[in-house]
Amino acid sequence: MGKTLSEKILSTKSGSSAQAGDIVVAGVDLAFVQDTTGPLTVRQFRAAGFKQPAGSLKAAIFLDHAAPSPNRELANDHKLLRDFAWETGSLLSEVGDGVCHQIVAESLAKPGALIIGADSHTVTAGGLGAFACGMGSTDVAVAMALGKTWLRVPESIKVVLSGRFASGVYAKDLILYLIGLIGADGATYQALEFGGEALSAMSVPERLTIANMAVEAGAKVGLFPSDEVTRSYLEGQGRDGDYQPLSADDSASYVRTIDINLAELEPVVSRPHTVDNTAPAREIKGTKIQQVVIGTCTGGRLDDLAVAAAILKGRQRHEQTRLVIAPASRAVMRAAIAAGYIETLLQAGALILPPGCGPCLGLHQGALGNGENCLSTANRNFKGRMGNPEAFVYLASAATAAASAVTGEITDPRDFS
Amino acid sequence: MFKGRAFKFGDGISTDQIIPGRFAHLRSNLPELAKHAMEDADPSFVSRVKPGDFIVAGANFGLGSSREHAPLVIKMAGVKAILAKSVARIFFRNAINLGLPVLICDTDKINDGDELEIDLEAGSILDITNGVKLGFGKIPEIMLRILDDGGLLAYLEKHGDLKL
Ligand code: SF4
Repeated sequence: MGKTLSEKILSTKSGSSAQAGDIVVAGVDLAFVQDTTGPLTVRQFRAAGFKQPAGSLKAAIFLDHAAPSPNRELANDHKLLRDFAWETGSLLSEVGDGVCHQIVAESLAKPGALIIGADSHTVTAGGLGAFACGMGSTDVAVAMALGKTWLRVPESIKVVLSGRFASGVYAKDLILYLIGLIGADGATYQALEFGGEALSAMSVPERLTIANMAVEAGAKVGLFPSDEVTRSYLEGQGRDGDYQPLSADDSASYVRTIDINLAELEPVVSRPHTVDNTAPAREIKGTKIQQVVIGTCTGGRLDDLAVAAAILKGRQRHEQTRLVIAPASRAVMRAAIAAGYIETLLQAGALILPPGCGPCLGLHQGALGNGENCLSTANRNFKGRMGNPEAFVYLASAATAAASAVTGEITDPRDFS
Repeated sequence: MFKGRAFKFGDGISTDQIIPGRFAHLRSNLPELAKHAMEDADPSFVSRVKPGDFIVAGANFGLGSSREHAPLVIKMAGVKAILAKSVARIFFRNAINLGLPVLICDTDKINDGDELEIDLEAGSILDITNGVKLGFGKIPEIMLRILDDGGLLAYLEKHGDLKL
């Protein structure tokens, strides 16, 4: 019987013939933490008496969630993590470098790799064909030290994509639609594996946005094959050597197949307080929005800023709507400055935050007031997510976000084209 | 054998409700952090829960972030086990790694405040208040051993390595 992408990668990494349902111990290529999960990882690492990360993997520390630190407690956590990184020779990504998942995609992830991160959106790197999976602090501490982890090989759901997006419709709309379709636990313990003829025209940044939200359907990974699109993305980063082609066998077996024609999709919004509470943007248009956020590991890439700048060019944010932009990484910010997007956004009345998680998790920078509505390009709208359980978070594409910033209410971006 | 009271929660309780991100600055001060356990799902939880009690939830408990602090503050609040219809995968793993049992069962049969008796060895849950007996889903072998040893670090100390 043929193998799914998950089975293939975990077979290679475990040196066995892995099949869905098996439990394997597999070699890890990259283990990383960020500043809100890392301190516990460091403490567990030391409590277990470990001295150094295994030589067989790369260990990385990202300071992105509270970057720069808003208070002394988090500053002390940063200090702990910096000291650990310097002591152990682990890679340190400083405040201002950007969100871990974007940097992993830009410089560390490669097809076929096994990546473990103490952050649930580690799944993002599945867009590059890496088996990338979120775990907790202790699991990552142990993976760092041993260079391996145990995994249950997931059953896979195959998502077959055909057609091309209509104007005004984006990868974000596709993944919101899919989560609305299967539900927030529609893929729990399983892999979402994407395929179909549409992939030949789907960029790596689009794939990253889709893979990023696999976890919002409960999935362990969101996996894309590695193909010519992957190759040219890696070449563009000067990482030609990291490329290898990778695809599922034709005879692989799946627990479920879902066919989606991209041409039939329209702009989608997730309503509070669950990601699977989706509706077409046109159905809820008119909902007043006090803050728009464009950023995060889901919707803060260069393409998102480009789309937003195109809509906001020559326009102004609504006077009662704040527009907060957090580029996903330093590289994204520099490219957006060079392309003139940042200037356009500033002219439209936007506030530009440093690269990082920004307002996404309600820790600082853009927490919401009681009763306020926020429309964000992020991946989660749980109660309390943006710092206040009395506030409401809607999720959408950068286009829907930018259009809504202009009108001050949820707006279908196709009304702007 | 554990005995305690059921604290019922509905479906889809996220880690943001279990331990909100706005308390991230307390993650290196666990006793303070634990005072906010379950705060955005039930603000009175911490003041009412007693050592030995159980969280009894609906579907997809613990969805969202990978923060291990979610099961950690639940454990610190004195909760002895989590019963749910289903549990998100990272949360499940994190709880077991901390030695906190997570039991998948039909929690519709249990009411808020019911007195429960749980026998992990026998695999049975008895609702003393209404007399209902429940089984719970099988836990993978490696997780059972981690749980038995009291968590992942204790398991490693005992076995020296990950053993299948
Ligand atoms: S941007 Fe948001 S979702 Fe992404 S890693 Fe940061 S906090 Fe998590």
